[in-house]
Amino acid sequence: MTKVRIFVTYKPSVFDPQGDTIKKTIHALGHDEVADVQVGKFFDLTIDAQVDQVAKTVKEVAEKLLVNFNMETYTYQVMEEN
Amino acid sequence: MKIAVIVFPGSNCDIDIYEALSSVCGADVDYVSHKQASLAGYDAVMLPGGFSYGDYLRAGAIARFAPVMKAVVKMAHAGQPVFGTCNGFQILTEAGLLPGGLKRNDSQQFICKTVPLEVVNNQTLFTSQYQEHERIALPIAHADGSYYADQATLDELEANHQVVFRYAEENPNGSLRNIAGITNRQGNVLGMMPHPERAVEAILGNTDGRRLFESLLANGSVKVEE
Repeated sequence: MTKVRIFVTYKPSVFDPQGDTIKKTIHALGHDEVADVQVGKFFDLTIDAQVDQVAKTVKEVAEKLLVNFNMETYTYQVMEEN
Repeated sequence: MKIAVIVFPGSNCDIDIYEALSSVCGADVDYVSHKQASLAGYDAVMLPGGFSYGDYLRAGAIARFAPVMKAVVKMAHAGQPVFGTCNGFQILTEAGLLPGGLKRNDSQQFICKTVPLEVVNNQTLFTSQYQEHERIALPIAHADGSYYADQATLDELEANHQVVFRYAEENPNGSLRNIAGITNRQGNVLGMMPHPERAVEAILGNTDGRRLFESLLANGSVKVEE
């Protein structure tokens, strides 16, 4: 089993209204040093495969379902393998 | 002309669109379950508003995998009229039948009000009974209605006259180029965030949406150009 975490965010060129609202609230807390906030989501997948075989599954699942490539992009990392 | 109104789990404007077509416009309409694999015998298909599958993942992202969607895609590719309003528009973009996508409103709020619109293109199956550049007003009710596409896609939409409705006076949700509704290249698939089916009877205070359905019924059998 391999545990994989897939992160989905808006592409950098796409305005993120949630991130913008949160940034303004952070500034209201007095933390003007926070220059930008991007909100995303993550998906933890437990995949019945060895770590060297998960890339294909992740790519297909992300690109067909989890990500809307019109405006989003993704990265992933292997969390755990056993 | 026989019309299918698709019912997804979480659709909530299916009855409105059914009644707009049947009671108000006298069309032959059926509800069709999302589980149906075939749309044989139907001439046009409507994807209603609502919150299919609870808007899980992204609005429309799960519905596009419903069994009936293969038949919807087939009809779209065959040039038959396919119409989606609100969640139906979101599903059409997720299914790749329309370019771009719908993001969370810039205001982060669910917006429910009647907004002024411009009919940008009245040379479509769905808008032929409107005047070009006519100002109408239709209700919107959505949280994820901010239309987004990259610049090249937006330019292409404009060049091909695929922008059918634009928000006039104010942009309620942050949609790029004030886009409220678009067609595919061939013109037989229309998606829009406003709800024409909620504006078809004087007793409800607004009839500006009625001509959209009347246009469809008048033109439905017209074959679109390939």
